Amino acid sequence: MLKQYETVFIATPVLSDAQMKEAVAKYLDLIKENGGEVVYEQDWGLRKLAYPIQKKTTGFYHLIEFKAEPAFIAKLETQYRRDERIIRFLTFAMDKHAVAYAEKRRANQAEQK
Amino acid sequence: MANPVNNEIRYLNPPTVEVKKKKYCRFKKAGIKYVDYKDAEFLKRFLNEQGKILPRRLTGTSLKFQKKVAQAVKRARHLALLPYVTDLLK
Repeated sequence: MLKQYETVFIATPVLSDAQMKEAVAKYLDLIKENGGEVVYEQDWGLRKLAYPIQKKTTGFYHLIEFKAEPAFIAKLETQYRRDERIIRFLTFAMDKHAVAYAEKRRANQAEQK
Repeated sequence: MANPVNNEIRYLNPPTVEVKKKKYCRFKKAGIKYVDYKDAEFLKRFLNEQGKILPRRLTGTSLKFQKKVAQAVKRARHLALLPYVTDLLK
């Protein structure tokens, strides 16, 4: 049964734009390969961190909202841990209130653009 | 005999009894169902200057939503959207 998840990860600011896109593409393909379905994707770009992580004070934030099998999450997280470009990640299982909130946020996000 | 004398303690100005403002849970009132951990600006209202989570007796939120807020703040801190400790947050 496909549950809805939301993952945010921070990539090191050291890497160039191309590498950043390639890292994001890698995770998107990983989700698609394992029978997942990407619902929404948002790049927050370079942001200042509230506290230095691994001696770095900024990072590329990226948000991916997707539906996937619960078993897939463990695989995704091991990929995150192995990938040294990603300095921090958080995956979050969305309940129905979270899903409703995300849709509303996407609606007014699209409006603003 | 001396008792009635000393109970007339005259105050310089009348003691202002703290009028008790009825606290309400802003989540129930506004009908918010989900506290988003990505929305740092909104979460900052529940933190004091050092970045610590404000207790319920000050914010007046109900237990259910205080737990959601605390969980969201901890996730935001994990993602470095909010600092663990700082001196001047506001």
